Amino acid sequence: MAYFIQTLIDALSLGSLYALAALGIGLLFGILRLINFAHGDYITIGAYSLIVPSTAATTTVFIGGWHTVPLILAVCIIVVAAALLSDRFVFRFLRRSHPATLMVASFALGYVIQNVILAIYGSRPKSIGLWPQLSRFLVIGEIRLPILQLVVISSTIILLLLLTLFLYRTRFGIQMRAASDDFMMARYLGVRADFVIGLAFAISGLLACAVSLLLVTQTGVLSPTMGLGVVLYAFIATVIGGMGSLTGSVLGGVAVGMASSFLQAYLPPDARPFRDAFLFGLVVLLLVVRPSGLVKVKGIEERV
Amino acid sequence: MTKLTKLARSIWPALVLTVLLVAASLLSLGASGSTAEIITEMMTRIVMVVGLYIFVGNSGILSYAHIGFAAIGAYASAWFTCCTLPMVKPLYLPGLPDFLLNNAYPFEVGLLSAAVASGGVAFVIGIIFVRLAGIAASIASFAFLAIVYAVYGNWESVTAGTSSISNIPVVVGPGIATMGAVCVVWVAFAFQSSRYGFMLRASRDEPVAARSSGVRVRHMRLIAWVLSAVVAGIGGALYSSFMGILTIDNFYLTLTFLTIAMLTVGGLQSLSGAVVGVICVTIVTTSLRAMESGNWLFQLPKGMQEIGLGVIMILILIFRPKGLLNGREFTLPKRRPPQKA
Repeated sequence: MAYFIQTLIDALSLGSLYALAALGIGLLFGILRLINFAHGDYITIGAYSLIVPSTAATTTVFIGGWHTVPLILAVCIIVVAAALLSDRFVFRFLRRSHPATLMVASFALGYVIQNVILAIYGSRPKSIGLWPQLSRFLVIGEIRLPILQLVVISSTIILLLLLTLFLYRTRFGIQMRAASDDFMMARYLGVRADFVIGLAFAISGLLACAVSLLLVTQTGVLSPTMGLGVVLYAFIATVIGGMGSLTGSVLGGVAVGMASSFLQAYLPPDARPFRDAFLFGLVVLLLVVRPSGLVKVKGIEERV
Repeated sequence: MTKLTKLARSIWPALVLTVLLVAASLLSLGASGSTAEIITEMMTRIVMVVGLYIFVGNSGILSYAHIGFAAIGAYASAWFTCCTLPMVKPLYLPGLPDFLLNNAYPFEVGLLSAAVASGGVAFVIGIIFVRLAGIAASIASFAFLAIVYAVYGNWESVTAGTSSISNIPVVVGPGIATMGAVCVVWVAFAFQSSRYGFMLRASRDEPVAARSSGVRVRHMRLIAWVLSAVVAGIGGALYSSFMGILTIDNFYLTLTFLTIAMLTVGGLQSLSGAVVGVICVTIVTTSLRAMESGNWLFQLPKGMQEIGLGVIMILILIFRPKGLLNGREFTLPKRRPPQKA
C-alpha cells in the first residue's frame, strides 16, 4: 500500500510536469495552429540560464545562486524573452502558412537553439543543485513523501488556477479564448492579432520556465536535449487530450505522466527498459478507440 | 516521332533526375576517396529522402517516422549480412535465431529483408496511423520514432544496445548507391504517376472533394505509407552497408532533422524537389564543414554546420515556402502548339 501511494505521488508529480508542458504547447496550437517543437528548447534555455556560460566540465552557478524570488523572476524573463523573440524573428513571418510549414519551422528553430547551446556550453551533461532544501522527505507512518514532489504538484495546481482565472475573468484572457475559437472572427471584432499571439507566446514561455525550474530541481542535471525529453511526452499528451483543447492538454499530460510512472513501478524488471514502448503502445490503443482524443474540439475539423 | 515525344514528355522528370544523379556519381570517378564517400552518402540520403517524399509529398502529412523505418531496415539487413568475421554475431548479438547467428548472407538478401521488415512494421503501424488527422498523425509518427529508438537502444541481445554493430561487409560504393538512388527515383515517379498517386494528391489538396468523388483516402495513405517505409528501409540498409558500422544513435533526431531539411529546402511537393534538396543541402553542409575545419580562407566556429543549416531552412520556409523548385517537377520545355487554320 505504501508503495502504491508513493508511486501515486510520483505519478502525479510527473503528470504535473507533463501537463504544464502540454499546456504551453496547447495554448499556441489553439491560436496559431503551431505545434511548437522549440518549446522544449525554451525549457532548456531556462535551465542553462542558471549557470555561467562556458564549456568547462565544472559548473559555476550564476542566476542559480541567487535568492529564490529574483532567481525565479530572472529565469522567467529570460525564457519569456526567448519565446517572444522566436515569434518576432521566425513565426511572425509565417502567419499565413500551413500548419505543417509552421511545425517544420519550429523544428528548425529548436534545432538551431539546441546547437547554439551546444556550442556555448558544450555537449557534456552538467550537474547543478538547485534548492537542495526541497529534497528532504516528509515521513507519515510508513510513507516517505518527498517534499519536492508535493511542491511540484501544488505549484502546478496554483499555476493552473491562475491561468484559468486569467482566461475566464480578464479582458485579455477572454480575447485569447476568442482568438483560439475563431481567429478571423476575433480579429473582425477588434482583437489585436499580434498582441494576442504575443501574449500566448509569453504565457507559453512562463509555463516553460516553471517546467524548467521544477525539472532541474528534480533531476539536478543539465543537457542540451533535456527539454526535448519532456516535450515529446507533452506532444503525446496534447494528441491524446484532443488537439486544441486546453483542458484536454492538462488531462492528457496527467494521463501520460501517470501511465509512465505506474508502468515504471509495476512492469517486471526485464521489461522496464521498454517502458516507453509500452506507454506509446497504450497511446496508440487509445487513439484507435478515440482518434480525436479525450476532449473533442469542433473548431479543429474543417467545416464543409 | 510524336509518340516518342509524348513518351519523353511523360517521363521527363525522372529522366532529368536520372541524368543528374549519374552525372553526380561520375564526379566520384578519379576523385579523392573522401569525395567518393560524400557522393555515396548523398546517394543513400537520396534514397531515404525520396522514401520520405513518397508519403509526405503525396499525402501532405509530415512524417517523422521514416528514419525509424530506415533504422529497422538497417538492422534487418545487418542481421542477415553481418559479419565479415564469423564470431562477431554469436559474441555481440546472441539473441538472434540460429539461421542468422551462424550464417552470413549476401547483400541482396539483406536488402530484401530490410524491405520486408520496414514494410511489415509500417503496415501494422499504418493501419492505426492513417486514421489520425494531419497534425496528430505527425506527432504520432514522432512517437513512433522515439519507440524505435527506445526499443533498439535497449534490446541488447540483438542490437548490441547503444554500442555499435561493426564488421558489416562494406559493399556499397558510389556505383551501387547511385543505382539505388536511380531505382528509387523511378519507383517514386511511377507511384506518383499512377492512379493511386493522383488520388492521394487529390486528397491532399481537396480532402472533402476527393472523398466525395470516391477516393478512399485511408487506403491511399496506407499504400503510400508502406511503399515509402520500404524505400526508407532500403535507404537504411544501403547506409549501414556503406558505413560498415551501425548504431541506433545515427538514426535519431539529427538524421531526422537533416532529411526533413533536405526535403523542405527542395520543396515538399515534388520529386525533383526532394532530389535537388538533398544535393543542395549536401553541398552546403559539406562546405560549412570544410570551413569549420579551417581548410578554407577563414575558420568558422564549431557547430556552424548545424546552426547554418537550421537558419537556411527557416529562411527558405519564410521566403520560398514551397522550396527551391516551388513544388514543380522538371518539365520538357514546351514548344508552341501548331496553329490550326
